[in-house]
Amino acid sequence: MSTTADQHSQVSGAYSRPDVLEEVRPASIPRRPLIENNRSFTWITQKVCGIVESKTPTWWWVAFIICAAIASFTLMGLTYLVSTGVGVWGLRNPTFWGWAIVNFVFWIGIGHAGTLISAILCLLKQKWRTSINRAAEAMTIFAVICAGIFPLFHVGRVWFAWWLFPLPNANAIWPNFRSPLEWDVFAVSTYGTVSILFWYMGMIPDLATIRDRVPMIFEQRMANAGTAGRQAFERFYFGFRRLFYGILSMGWRGSNRHWSNYEMAYLLLAGLSTPLVLSVHTVVSFDFAVANLPGWHTTIFPPYFVAGAIFSGFGMVLTLMLPLRAIFGLQDLITQYHIDCMAKICLATGSMVGYAYMMEFFIAWYGANPYEGFAFVNRAFGPYAWAYWIMISCNVITPQFFWFKWVRENLWLVWILSCFINVGMWFERFVITVTSLANDFLPANWDYFSPTIVDIFTFFGTFGLFGVLFLLFVRFLPLLAFAEIKAVSKQADVHGHH
Amino acid sequence: MSKPYGYLALFESAPAVYHAARSVREAGFKKWDVFTPFPIHGMDGAMGLHRSKVPAFTLIGGIIGFATGMLTAWYMGQFDYPLIVGGKPFFSPIFPFPVAYELTILLAAFGTIGGMFITNRLPMHYHPVMNYDKFRHLTDDKFAVVIESGDELFSEAATREFLESLHPAEIAVINDEEEE
Repeated sequence: MSTTADQHSQVSGAYSRPDVLEEVRPASIPRRPLIENNRSFTWITQKVCGIVESKTPTWWWVAFIICAAIASFTLMGLTYLVSTGVGVWGLRNPTFWGWAIVNFVFWIGIGHAGTLISAILCLLKQKWRTSINRAAEAMTIFAVICAGIFPLFHVGRVWFAWWLFPLPNANAIWPNFRSPLEWDVFAVSTYGTVSILFWYMGMIPDLATIRDRVPMIFEQRMANAGTAGRQAFERFYFGFRRLFYGILSMGWRGSNRHWSNYEMAYLLLAGLSTPLVLSVHTVVSFDFAVANLPGWHTTIFPPYFVAGAIFSGFGMVLTLMLPLRAIFGLQDLITQYHIDCMAKICLATGSMVGYAYMMEFFIAWYGANPYEGFAFVNRAFGPYAWAYWIMISCNVITPQFFWFKWVRENLWLVWILSCFINVGMWFERFVITVTSLANDFLPANWDYFSPTIVDIFTFFGTFGLFGVLFLLFVRFLPLLAFAEIKAVSKQADVHGHH
Repeated sequence: MSKPYGYLALFESAPAVYHAARSVREAGFKKWDVFTPFPIHGMDGAMGLHRSKVPAFTLIGGIIGFATGMLTAWYMGQFDYPLIVGGKPFFSPIFPFPVAYELTILLAAFGTIGGMFITNRLPMHYHPVMNYDKFRHLTDDKFAVVIESGDELFSEAATREFLESLHPAEIAVINDEEEE
């Protein structure tokens, strides 16, 4: 009788707590801490600000000079291109989209991980994002800068590039809003601008911390400065730093009335960046998918491009963060847990990309379109088979290693695998762009595309440009979002759920 | 010297300043603030702050952005210079949608960050609380409650006594030097 009454009361909604629950003590499942060794707030501040405040390390200058030298290759390539004509890029019938578009999609894709970490993981309340979001957002912005170079110069007469924007010009003619390439102009410029806004707003509290530490660091440096010349230099240099961080931090003072608006704005920007990041690579994929070429004209392109972008971006985040973590001793802030999470996202998105490759083949067969079928057989076994199999090995096989814990814990291996991901994703774009163009409908038009030395110089140099910008970021701006890291630490919890 | 800007009570830990903020709110002060190096979860509720007004700016920005995108495509393609491209209509809400979509996000983002600066009255490169000799710690590892002298309930002796009852690490007088 009593059991039926219990059942009845549970069904009717007048819930009575079963007695057995009082006897059960739920095990406290230990969560992996986001900050190892229980570091204090001061330690975190000192660690991150110390990167900006210490003397410039020798390795920084060496790396900076190397990167600047590499960047000069882009300058040379572009100078030659502008002074001669866009023909020097190896673009000719039928392949008018060669490395220029490959490199553009490659760099834009790299950027997507930064926005994913800062926006989507913020909305999903993934607290581990706080240790890596700043550097990943910086990576986004610099990658967009590198990406923008290629379509900008691909237009041929770069001094007319402003015609891409709907501005009045002497021809009295307007851009064609029906073209995906015009959509790209809006998507990429919006993406770059919003990424900078988001990045900058996130940095304001950290810049304020550096600003407030300037007098203290100045005194330390003056005490160590022996000669009068050295002291004059420090006075000048710290006067500059005071202005630089003072102006950038906008007078932030940590008021909770400000934090309230700030957090709301941060959440909104995350909410705006999420559809933005998904739309950018969707629009980039429209550049291909809207054309009628076999191999391009598929509806799978938008999700497949977005997954690939996030995959390549996380590959690049790992490639950048693992050395920085070792150089600056950030092991307590970027823990094994963070690396595990990033490796698992690489695994997930890499598997999605592998699935997309399979599905493309399946649909090409199932669609029974001979041109589509040929395009895919030609990709795998035609003149560019070498590129196709590099792509498959790097993008499909590489991430599968991340299933294993021992692989994720071997950081050299993780780093090497992440480099393979970067290579593989560049080849993916090469395969998509070039195979479809080089062998389209009429065999009389076919040709084998090879890049010229100008192509190679221009692309090679963008890595130097990216490196220069990233090194400047590491040297002058807070590398980790330490205000956010503090907010997810144990000591920040006011309710005592330790 | 004239009246001070207010009293500052310094706290060493996040829970301490959280409980202090609740007490200050319950005591009925209006012109007061909490200074923390990072956003403390639940502090808005403890202070009794209203919901932020930033979303209104975001909405306005988004609407302007979407309208700009659509109107631009209409004005240029249908009104100012109708040009037949591929036999397609001069204007349709479909083809400029990506453009309007991106502009919605762009102007909403500008509205958001602009709204954050406007509601916070930033940039403001000077504020009296920056005169506090340990202000550096308020963006590093310490926390503070500041009650302004402009508050109706403020009195030099009683407010100090009240703050002392919250067991802060120290109490300091904040002066507004620029007003001298």
